[in-house]
Amino acid sequence: MTREEYMKQRRSEPWRDELRRSIKAKERGERARVHMNELDPEFRSHELKAEVNQGLTKEQAVAEASRCLDCGNPTCVTGCPVEINIPTFIKNIERGDFLEASRTLKETSALPAVCGRVCPQEKQCEAQCIYIQKMGKEPVAIGYLERFAADYERLNGIIPEPETPKSNGIKVAVVGSGPAGLSFAGDMAKRGYDITVFEALHEIGGVLKYGIPEFRLPNDIVDFELDVLNKIGVKFIKNCIVGKTISHEDLLNEGFKGIFVASGAGLPNFMNIPGENLIGVMSANEFLTRVNLMDASNPESDTPVQKGKSVAIIGAGNTAMDAVRTARRLGAERAMVVYRRSDEEMPARAEEVKHAKEEGIEFLTLHNPIRYEGDANGRLQRMLLQKMELGEPDASGRRKPVPIEGATEWIDVDEVIVSVGVSPNPLIPSTFSGLDVTKWGTIVINQDTMETDLPGVYAGGDIVRGGATVILAMGDGRQAAAAMDSSLSKVN
Amino acid sequence: MNRIIRKQYFSPKVVEFVVEAPLIARSRRAGHFVIVKVGEKGERIPLTIAQSDPEKGTITIVVQSVGVSSEKLCNLNEGDYITDLVGPLGKATHIENYGTVVCAGGGVGIAPMLPIIEAMKKAGNRVISVLAARNKDLVILEEQVAQYSDEVIVMTDDGSSGQKGLVTDGVESVIKREKVDLCVTIGPAIMMKFVSLLTKKYDIPTMSSLNTIMVDGTGMCGACRVTVDGKTKFVCVDGPEFDAHKVDFDEMLMRLKAYS
Ligand SMILES: Cc1cc2nc3c(=O)[nH]c(=O)nc-3n(C[C@H](O)[C@H](O)[C@H](O)COP(=O)(O)OP(=O)(O)OC[C@H]3O[C@@H](n4cnc5c(N)ncnc54)[C@H](O)[C@@H]3O)c2cc1C
Ligand SMILES: Cc1cc2nc3c(=O)[nH]c(=O)nc-3n(C[C@H](O)[C@H](O)[C@H](O)COP(=O)(O)OP(=O)(O)OC[C@H]3O[C@@H](n4cnc5c(N)ncnc54)[C@H](O)[C@@H]3O)c2cc1C
Ligand code: SF4
Ligand code: SF4
Ligand code: FES
Repeated sequence: MTREEYMKQRRSEPWRDELRRSIKAKERGERARVHMNELDPEFRSHELKAEVNQGLTKEQAVAEASRCLDCGNPTCVTGCPVEINIPTFIKNIERGDFLEASRTLKETSALPAVCGRVCPQEKQCEAQCIYIQKMGKEPVAIGYLERFAADYERLNGIIPEPETPKSNGIKVAVVGSGPAGLSFAGDMAKRGYDITVFEALHEIGGVLKYGIPEFRLPNDIVDFELDVLNKIGVKFIKNCIVGKTISHEDLLNEGFKGIFVASGAGLPNFMNIPGENLIGVMSANEFLTRVNLMDASNPESDTPVQKGKSVAIIGAGNTAMDAVRTARRLGAERAMVVYRRSDEEMPARAEEVKHAKEEGIEFLTLHNPIRYEGDANGRLQRMLLQKMELGEPDASGRRKPVPIEGATEWIDVDEVIVSVGVSPNPLIPSTFSGLDVTKWGTIVINQDTMETDLPGVYAGGDIVRGGATVILAMGDGRQAAAAMDSSLSKVN
Repeated sequence: MNRIIRKQYFSPKVVEFVVEAPLIARSRRAGHFVIVKVGEKGERIPLTIAQSDPEKGTITIVVQSVGVSSEKLCNLNEGDYITDLVGPLGKATHIENYGTVVCAGGGVGIAPMLPIIEAMKKAGNRVISVLAARNKDLVILEEQVAQYSDEVIVMTDDGSSGQKGLVTDGVESVIKREKVDLCVTIGPAIMMKFVSLLTKKYDIPTMSSLNTIMVDGTGMCGACRVTVDGKTKFVCVDGPEFDAHKVDFDEMLMRLKAYS
């Protein structure tokens, strides 16, 4: 059965027909989109770990679910990179069967509680919802509902113990424990493989742990998913760098029949402008790693972190929003985003930008830093910004920012956090001889099978895509698992 | 894993540990380092692998207690476990037969120098080691160094061991006496800066192993960056060894003070 046929079949279940007819489409369409319950902006801008979004109540979730028209041709699904069966899960929420909703999500997504929180829904599923496409109204809050269903299952403790799969004895290695590696590991373990995940850091979770802050994605949620993987027999080896601690050959000698490389895009880019090595200028990765992975703002932690009073973040992606809001929470009186393009081009999730603004973050769009200056001890004091305007569209289709001659401005800052993108981690490409790598350092794969040029070595997530998203990384993990399984089960 | 097999004091502030780490012991080369974290809320700090024994599956690290994290480590005892230990990190030293190599090590920099001295000797070089420290108690590993050196010159600030003077005095005396093909220097940044200035004067190629502040040690954060030949480099992945004559030591000295 194809996916479409399966979706049609679920849609034609009798209860669903009845539910669809119980409220007129017109009436559904007139209902207003739910508002997420959020912590007060003033309160939360001092709370490093309190999650900003508080989730929907059951009543809110059911009401929001009732807005969904259960379209015969659900365009929303085409916007989701892993094609979650969106109307089926939403209609289950509407009829009050929250566990069935969660089960539906898990047919496709390994980490719905995570994706419901961090997906750029406004560019993906929600952007394709009929409400916005045809009716000129706010789309169904698919992300909020996804989060609701996943949280409901987790919090209500009625989760059946995961079945321990029957082992097929085939050993498979995973390099990296971010969303790509975790979803791959889960799928393969369920198929009976003997999975070992190697992680370079002392914590499992990749960006979900060291990058995205707890006020957006609490560690509990990631830990819950890790616990499930532990229960189905996935082994985790921390502090082990594949390519350094153990080599590709070591893995083969130890009998690993397949390797999935999910080592991410962890290397920070700098702009190479004067003063960038002053004390007080750092990468967003350094800042977020200190605060999230090393818990540096906790007095009990040995790792220090600078708590600037006037802080500028350079860039406007998700990482930049996380860094600026973290700086705010650590006590910055003035916290700014400096971005060379305009509001519209900002790559961050819309909700993060909204939350940042509510928390008093200033946005200096159409500004670009060109120099930093410090005091006699090399400590950052001020930055020189070049004002920009938008010119012709460039290759990416975005209008290219160009400097306005002579328009510059000094601003006093004691901390600058550079967040202008990341590059793929070169370690695996440089130590797995025979891998085909692009000029950007990403690993080349066969799009259908996710296999690299090295037989038995698959890759996915940011190491293949450059900086991408959690859901794409997760989707890659699942696709690679399916492909590796079919290849290995042919041989064995 | 990471169990401390042996602990030995070189001086009240300098401790040698032999630690169980079979995978690292097998894969490491001279010049590599590890990142160590003690306790759940501990800091990740870099330490050079001074020696390793692939058969026994152990590595040796030599730690000088200078602050919170190094002290926590120095307080561990035989039988204790190091919470987290990861490596080997960095690029291995480039070893070849250069001819005559002067190895100038200062303070705790003598420990990371040891494997390089050994490898240089084994590659057929004439190795002259200059060990420098404030006083006699801080001159470490002299015997082990002597084992692989054609000559050992000890310099102390107060003359309590060897000759009275700075590491540069020792190095210069060798340069004035015979042809030196390469100088390797490891120690406090200020010492490496002056060794580098000296050898530049005599046009002797010089390699220095930089000890910047680090967090992950895998290229992820950029905390360890230095300027080499006008370009920003990450010490943990591009180094830790660089052509000393091209390193901006003043910037490095400044950045080492970031959290003090
Ligand atoms: C601060 C921040 C905020 C973000 N916000 C969002 C968001 O809101 N929504 C969204 O969709 N996306 C967001 N992203 C992007 C998203 O997190 C990434 O696209 C995603 O995590 C990529 O997953 P991955 O599994 O490929 O790699 P990663 O999550 O990067 O995991 C890779 C792991 O591999 C480990 N590793 C690397 N090399 C080795 C090796 N040789 N041996 C062993 N282990 C190794 C690394 O230590 C790391 O733990 C954000 C990213 C950051 C940094
Ligand atoms: C690649 C590399 C290899 C190293 N190998 C060794 C080794 O084999 N043995 C050893 O004892 N140390 C070594 N170090 C230095 C060691 O990592 C630091 O001494 C340690 O991180 C200090 O931490 P702390 O919390 O104890 O001191 P802190 O409280 O952080 O600092 C105390 C004092 O030490 C200075 N300091 C901080 N970090 C460093 C540093 N990285 N280098 C020099 N001074 C520093 C500070 O300016 C301060 O004055 C190495 C460093 C690097 C980068
Ligand atoms: S996974 Fe992301 S894109 Fe897909 S339905 Fe959920 S929120 Fe939308
Ligand atoms: S397009 Fe919108 S209304 Fe239609 S099924 Fe999807 S979420 Fe529901
Ligand atoms: S220590 Fe983080 S990049 Fe070198």
